[in-house]
Amino acid sequence: MTFTNSSFIKTIALLLSSLLPVTACTATSGANTSADSRVERARSVELLNVSYDPTRELWRDINVNFISRYEKETGNKVSVKQSHGGSSTQARAVIDGLEADVVTIASIIDTDAIRKKGLIKDGWIDRLPQRSLPYYSTIVFVVRKGNPKGIKDWTDLVKPGLQIITPNPKTSGNGYLSFFSAWGSVVVRGGSREDAVNYVTKLYKQVPVLDSGARAATTTFVQRGIGDVHLAWENEARLEVRAAKGELELVYPPISIRAEPHVAVVDAVVDRRNTRAAAEAYLKYLYTDEAQEIIAKHYYRPANEVFLKKHAETFPDIKLFNITEIAANYFDAHKQFIAEGGVFDAIYKSK
Amino acid sequence: MPSINRKVLPGFSLSLSYSVFYLGILVLLPISACLFRASSLSFEEFWRAVWTERARAAYLLTFGAAFVAAAANLLLGLVLAWVLVRYSFPGKKIVDSLVDLPSALPTAVAGLVYGSLYVEKGWLGQYLVPLGIHGAYSRFAIVLVLVFVGLPFVVRTVQPILEDLDLETEEAGASLGGTRWQTFRNIILPTLYPALITGFSLAFARGVGEYGSVVFVSGNKPYDTEIAPILIVTRLEEFAYGEATAIAMVLLVLSFTMLVLINMVERWSMRHEH
Repeated sequence: MTFTNSSFIKTIALLLSSLLPVTACTATSGANTSADSRVERARSVELLNVSYDPTRELWRDINVNFISRYEKETGNKVSVKQSHGGSSTQARAVIDGLEADVVTIASIIDTDAIRKKGLIKDGWIDRLPQRSLPYYSTIVFVVRKGNPKGIKDWTDLVKPGLQIITPNPKTSGNGYLSFFSAWGSVVVRGGSREDAVNYVTKLYKQVPVLDSGARAATTTFVQRGIGDVHLAWENEARLEVRAAKGELELVYPPISIRAEPHVAVVDAVVDRRNTRAAAEAYLKYLYTDEAQEIIAKHYYRPANEVFLKKHAETFPDIKLFNITEIAANYFDAHKQFIAEGGVFDAIYKSK
Repeated sequence: MPSINRKVLPGFSLSLSYSVFYLGILVLLPISACLFRASSLSFEEFWRAVWTERARAAYLLTFGAAFVAAAANLLLGLVLAWVLVRYSFPGKKIVDSLVDLPSALPTAVAGLVYGSLYVEKGWLGQYLVPLGIHGAYSRFAIVLVLVFVGLPFVVRTVQPILEDLDLETEEAGASLGGTRWQTFRNIILPTLYPALITGFSLAFARGVGEYGSVVFVSGNKPYDTEIAPILIVTRLEEFAYGEATAIAMVLLVLSFTMLVLINMVERWSMRHEH
């Protein structure tokens, strides 16, 4: 019986944590303690970083290091609060008035939704190095111990009787990136659109549960033991396999999508709160050697080639195709495949 | 004007205006905001958002599952209320308090726990799934959690009526030669109709609006186990506020119509009895 008490409690804890849409945790790390003893108090600011679900540990680590470095270099005090949740839920919160100084959410679709409301200035993507991408990531496979179904490539997923766990592409970033990856595994390798439609139709008919988000899908696969393969973010997959202590294995397909979680300063907020300098320093810090190393340690692929190569063992060199190889851009891909009346809807209609 | 002084109870206009004020702020204002948002769409857009094949399947499932669950609660709730009022047994106080638990528990927890129990490797699922009973990721799973969240309503509406029931009428029935079943059928049950119907409609309404528990046990598959509130969330994720509210409006109108109908049945049943 795999249903033990501890997994029960873990499930509930997981759930409760995912219920809190905005869990802000301060990472001040002693920034305030020495403030009173100083005669001349430096200017002190507080930043709010609104991010997506799996980045909690990454930002906690980044923040601690950024805070001490910023104080050393400028003499100013800074503290950073984090907020996590589903990527588009977070974007909606910012649009509806959550005072985010910077947004570090999962997809350009969500970041740009904030620009459309006038909170971020046009051309934001070129204001930081590497098209505002301090790191990128991809979608990989997690399978059961010993890979009993012999899953190595996307084509193996549609073997009869195999069950795939991936969240709902309509409500989850992980969900639509999995869809794009599956689609690209056909067309980027020379398949026709028709082949791709047939493939994803077969694939999604073998998905027994469409969870609403990445963490819920992990629960279904790990705690409830449903499915043979889990399509997950690379960094989540790493943590999942590590936590399972040998019960799960990581499989890198030969090809997958290059997922791009952009970062951006929210102009309207920083100008009003007068925090622009700190916010920009914060995001620029992400490109330093120190931060790139932290990013790699948390299993995100660093933008700096040097650090990517240094951690080559962690990041196998699989083909990561760009969204432009399957559509004009992310917006177009989402519209064609996921939005109302797209390919995904047709999968279930043809029943 | 002398007619004003003819009212027996004082404070009518005051209490009425308070009631209207509160209802307005708490219920009507949010609903009109909803209507306002939805009206940003043209009629054609509205129709396209709310009347797709997939949306119709979701409405049917939402109302169907809520109806079945409320019906199950009608029966379960009556039995539970009966046991709690008519018999005394050790631990009765605890059982009585347990009835309210579903209202207090975050429903998402209920959904998650139910799911864990009924999956193939869960405590109950390991015996039930081989028999073909899928209590997780199926329509049956949705009904199960809706029965859970709707449980308190019938019990709590029927209980006080049962407690106040005049024993003498039952004794009179018995002394006139009625069997116990006849006494129950002809004397007790008719008195309970209004309370049963109220409890049913509350449980039903609760079931239509339930989201938290259902997302975790239904599997959310379009045309199969996708409830209407999920469609709303789906549209919100696409930043389509107008379309999302349009679907909400349809749910609201359908629920309101059904509640009015149920109210009419209740009226009718009361008139019929007295």
